[in-house]
Amino acid sequence: MTTETLPERKNWLREHSELGICALLVVLGVLVLTDAMSIPTDFAQRGPVGPKAVPILVGSLLLIVAALLARDVLRGGKGEAEAGEDVDLSAPADWRTVLLLCGAFLANAALIGVVGFPISGAILFWGAAYALGSRNLVRDPLIAAGLSIFTFVVFNNLLGVPLPGGPLMEVF
Amino acid sequence: MEQLLDGFATALTPTHLLLAAVGVLLGTAIGVLPGIGPAMAVALLLPVTYGMEPTGAFIMFAGIYYGGMFGGSTTSILLNTPGESAAVVAAFEGNPMARKGRGAQALAAAAIGHFTGGIIGTILIVLLAPFVAKHAVDIGAPDLFAVMVLAFIAVTSVLGASRIRGFASLLIGLTLGLVGLDEMTGQQRLTFGSLHLADGIDIVVVAVALFAVGEALWVAAHLRRKPFEPIPVGRPWLSKADLKRTWKPWLRGPVIGFPFGAIPAGGAEIPTFLSYVTEKRLSKHKDEFGKGAIEGVAGPESTASASAAGTLVTMLTLGLPTTAVAAVMLAAFQQYGIQPGPLLFQRESGLVWALIASLFIGLTLLLVLNLPLAPLWAKLLRIPRPYLYAGILFFASVGAYAVNADIFDLLLMFVIGLLGFGMRRYGLPVLPAIIGVILGPAAEQQMRRSLQLSDGSLTGLVNSPMAVIVYVIIVVILFFPLLKRFLPKPPAAAEPEREKVDA
Repeated sequence: MTTETLPERKNWLREHSELGICALLVVLGVLVLTDAMSIPTDFAQRGPVGPKAVPILVGSLLLIVAALLARDVLRGGKGEAEAGEDVDLSAPADWRTVLLLCGAFLANAALIGVVGFPISGAILFWGAAYALGSRNLVRDPLIAAGLSIFTFVVFNNLLGVPLPGGPLMEVF
Repeated sequence: MEQLLDGFATALTPTHLLLAAVGVLLGTAIGVLPGIGPAMAVALLLPVTYGMEPTGAFIMFAGIYYGGMFGGSTTSILLNTPGESAAVVAAFEGNPMARKGRGAQALAAAAIGHFTGGIIGTILIVLLAPFVAKHAVDIGAPDLFAVMVLAFIAVTSVLGASRIRGFASLLIGLTLGLVGLDEMTGQQRLTFGSLHLADGIDIVVVAVALFAVGEALWVAAHLRRKPFEPIPVGRPWLSKADLKRTWKPWLRGPVIGFPFGAIPAGGAEIPTFLSYVTEKRLSKHKDEFGKGAIEGVAGPESTASASAAGTLVTMLTLGLPTTAVAAVMLAAFQQYGIQPGPLLFQRESGLVWALIASLFIGLTLLLVLNLPLAPLWAKLLRIPRPYLYAGILFFASVGAYAVNADIFDLLLMFVIGLLGFGMRRYGLPVLPAIIGVILGPAAEQQMRRSLQLSDGSLTGLVNSPMAVIVYVIIVVILFFPLLKRFLPKPPAAAEPEREKVDA
């Protein structure tokens, strides 16, 4: 019995994965509402409408839209995935690439304060290019380093937008 | 008039001319690059201007906006894959022309169309904007609130396949806009005690996250392993016979484009389609439509630029963004502590007129530079995709970090980027979210101000004729979804064409 229903249930969930968006909306709605309830309004209120009104409205609407969207999905409605120049919707989602990209992005966030932007930025670019399928072991790191140092100099020295130089830039 | 001349004096200084040229070139380059539309272009380039004075920054943005529009149509014509909604129609006739070896003519018709539409649109800005601003000064809080609600409803209802998904997106945006201190009472909302969140979520971070990070992740998940081959093209030119067929569509474009750009109906998507239909009906060469009729490129492209001009009128005089690009530009204004709206023309008259003068200069530069550079732009279409999307993530990180030099913003951008990914996967349009983040807090202020004036009575929201009219329009939009059936759906019409190319 269970061996038959399990894949079926899995299939059903995959078909209706959009319900995850409904869940997200519900979580947001509850979050907004509970936060609104905790705002003290007895003091500092100016005018008849305090800081609570809009969050309560937005929170309630989130719950209503979540319910309506769930109804739409259960009735067979589907959101159209976005098309684009480089998007091939006929292929299944490539999660490995996405995870590697996320890794490259977070590596930059983790390293930028420690080793400075010229190095962390290069890691981000090289990592992202690698994730997306570029495997040129000479050209990729060279472009990454060049772009990163060029950007640092342009922003930091020409445009007056400070970026952390890190130990590498202290040498100069 | 005198102010406009002063504006030209400001815009024609060497630095500003250089900035305009850089903006036009960057805008076109980024518009041509697959996967990047004008909204993402402006968002990604915001950090470049952090160290600049506002006039120079906006001169550059104006160049990026128009350049991006032109660049988008190049992709449509040479690749048959429009990078953004405004350029969908350009692919209908432009791509068949390119395949017949008339790509050069298609690009020329598009470039001159953009120039004509943009110049006429900008002249209309000069004539109309001060007038609108003068009268808009008398607009009260209830009217402004009504107009903002109209923007919310229009942007979720008029565009996109599913209203409920549009509303979901809008509400996500409004929620993000709530984060931070309440402007009137200083109460913390949705900050969870975090000092980082107390200042609110920076709009630049939200815009870059939704447009750039979300897009890069989404494309990565479905990357086309063999990109389309662009059609090679020479230097654009038009023969006498072509000119004879195109001059009228160029002039008709602004008539359709400008008014549509000015109202919150999602920018250039609907007017370009209307222009296409009009040109088809008026053309003497109806049989050529679908196989590469030059009128079908000239008209819509002129319309697209004129609608960009119309968008600027609403943005500058009412502070109301009607497209994603205008929304990001509004964020840029706020970055400088400048609030677009009726008072802008009084308070920042120098800046506004320099900006308007730079639109004329930018358009001229666009025409002069882009006609000879077209073959070079076509080469950009061959950029290796790993480098392109790695570069987008790279510059997105630079932008988000540069706002406050805070790693927290990078993490925030990552989370919102994941949200953008999910929205693309499940067909939630991005535009309502961005409009919600930007207009939400302003709408709340106007509503509370109106209710303060009326002492809490809800009638305070509808006590002026203008507000009542606007609410009637909103009700019409909400309760007549049937009207939408009469509007054509451009993506559906483009589908069969695209499949032919795949095969």
